Amino acid sequence: MLGRQKSVAARTLRERLIVAMLALAATFSIFVTGTIIVILTKETLGFFAFPDVTLGEFFGSFEWNPLLGSEKHFGIWPLVSGTLLVMAIAASFALPIGLITAVYLSEYASPRVRSVLKPALEILAGIPTVVYGFFALTVITPMLQKLTPAFGSYNAMSAGLATGIMVLPIVCSMSEDSLRAVPRSLRDGAFALGGTRFDVSVKVVIPAALSGIVAAFLLAISRAVGETMIVPLAAGGIAQITANPAAEVQTMTAYLVQIFLGDAPATGVEYKSSYAVAAMLFVMTFALTMVGQWTLRRFREEYD
Amino acid sequence: MSTHRSIASRLWHDRTFLWACLIAANIAMLVLAVLIISIFWQGFGTLSWSFITHFASRKPAEAGIRAPLMGSIWVCSICALTALPLGIATAVFLEEFAKKSRFTRIIQTNIMNLAGVPSIVYGILGLTAFARMFGAFGTNLDTAITFGNQESLFYFRLPFGSSVLAGGLTLMLVILPVIIIATQESLRSVPSSLRAGAMALGATRWQTVWCITLPAAIPGIMTGAILAMSRAIGESAPILVLGGLLLVFNTPENLMSDFAILPLQIYHWAGKPQQVFHYLAGSAIIIQLVVLLIFNGIAVLIRQKLQKPLQ
Repeated sequence: MLGRQKSVAARTLRERLIVAMLALAATFSIFVTGTIIVILTKETLGFFAFPDVTLGEFFGSFEWNPLLGSEKHFGIWPLVSGTLLVMAIAASFALPIGLITAVYLSEYASPRVRSVLKPALEILAGIPTVVYGFFALTVITPMLQKLTPAFGSYNAMSAGLATGIMVLPIVCSMSEDSLRAVPRSLRDGAFALGGTRFDVSVKVVIPAALSGIVAAFLLAISRAVGETMIVPLAAGGIAQITANPAAEVQTMTAYLVQIFLGDAPATGVEYKSSYAVAAMLFVMTFALTMVGQWTLRRFREEYD
Repeated sequence: MSTHRSIASRLWHDRTFLWACLIAANIAMLVLAVLIISIFWQGFGTLSWSFITHFASRKPAEAGIRAPLMGSIWVCSICALTALPLGIATAVFLEEFAKKSRFTRIIQTNIMNLAGVPSIVYGILGLTAFARMFGAFGTNLDTAITFGNQESLFYFRLPFGSSVLAGGLTLMLVILPVIIIATQESLRSVPSSLRAGAMALGATRWQTVWCITLPAAIPGIMTGAILAMSRAIGESAPILVLGGLLLVFNTPENLMSDFAILPLQIYHWAGKPQQVFHYLAGSAIIIQLVVLLIFNGIAVLIRQKLQKPLQ
């Protein structure tokens, strides 16, 4: 080592310098968050400074048509509704299946089944989202159209299912981690009392791991809300308030894609509106993450 | 209440639940199988060597992915070179040096939050901070400050514009939280007896970290880093914000070159109405999946070869 020949003072100085550099690196993450917030706030304020936009309309109007028509409307709710519809479809697919698969993996499956199922889920987790978009467009939508002709070539159902497939591995692996963290003794106790496997898994292990499972659900939902490459390919581009899964919808992220692909001049009110939408998106996912963190801290069961 | 249920009914519940488990697990497998088969079905016919070596073209038969493939490699290399040192340094600071204070708790919460930020928001950050540099050098590239010859390898300018450097740095922001969290976990799994041993021999804290803790944590860090990189190579939303769908007919020459990336080329082809472009998208997806498979294979190999029991 070089340090061996140096005096203690030189060594301490070097140590201090290194720690300072590491601390600087750690501060970078705070700087990133700060910059995101500053940019979004500044540009959103710039959007509301336009004469034909008001905060009241943004949250009060139920129409969103910044690009078409003579009269532009900037009401955020159609985009939020589209996002929530896709998110709801994805969640109702991924959350139950993900949780049950996690229980299966942690409580029932033999090592051989695990050695097949785990890599399969890891592969699903590693597939780029644009591939799921392609899958939704070329496989899921034609399948839905065969089932019922009500589905057009763009619909919320297809995008929602593809998003569900995308978040399934997140739900599954995070839930499984927290299920496996439940100590053996709890299971043994429940079995000793005469519980069946079902009793033990559903009435003892799941409640004990609930904070982790809820956190997994929230993370999956926040991923579904922020998902960007599936929705513009499969869900279409009509911003409307609807709960019909066969309808064409536009989500917040799909609107951002539409704007940044160059459908609007970079100085106009339409372009600036994307920052307001992005700010809304940031607030929603940020809130979901914070609630997830809080759940983990507040309801964590400590057994050791 | 379950206490009043008969044994028969409880056993029936047990069996039904097992069936539900098997169905759920099989859905996951089935989806993966359908996904892979449908992509090969659509993409295998148009896959050829010339598909990899040709540039983009309006004629589907001559189109290739050379520019987006090289663009992806450039961008991901920059991303790895910047994200790894920064991420590992942050994790080392948080795990090995920082005292449990308010400040470190804020950083920790903040990293968890950053991991949840949608990647398209990072794209907006990259566009403002790297591509335009907050408008500090004027609003378009004509007024940029340039260094060196445009054709040379060392050409550099401020602001970066929609260049590979801006793209790589933007992806760095996206995967930084992933690398930090993975590194922290593998540092935590290094037994504290190793650290205590080094300290007892008179090593300083940095010497302990550099010579003992980091080498012991390397397999975990490498695995996390490779998984983060496989996320980076599939990430397309931030790059889309940065430069839109660029039609590029040459491979990057320097840090300031325009570029395309593979996932966006897939998006571009998948969004076209003609069936033949969907086949091209399928072929590009096969290439993308092969790259991902190589990445994951390396991660598994490292996990198996390097992981020595430390207890």
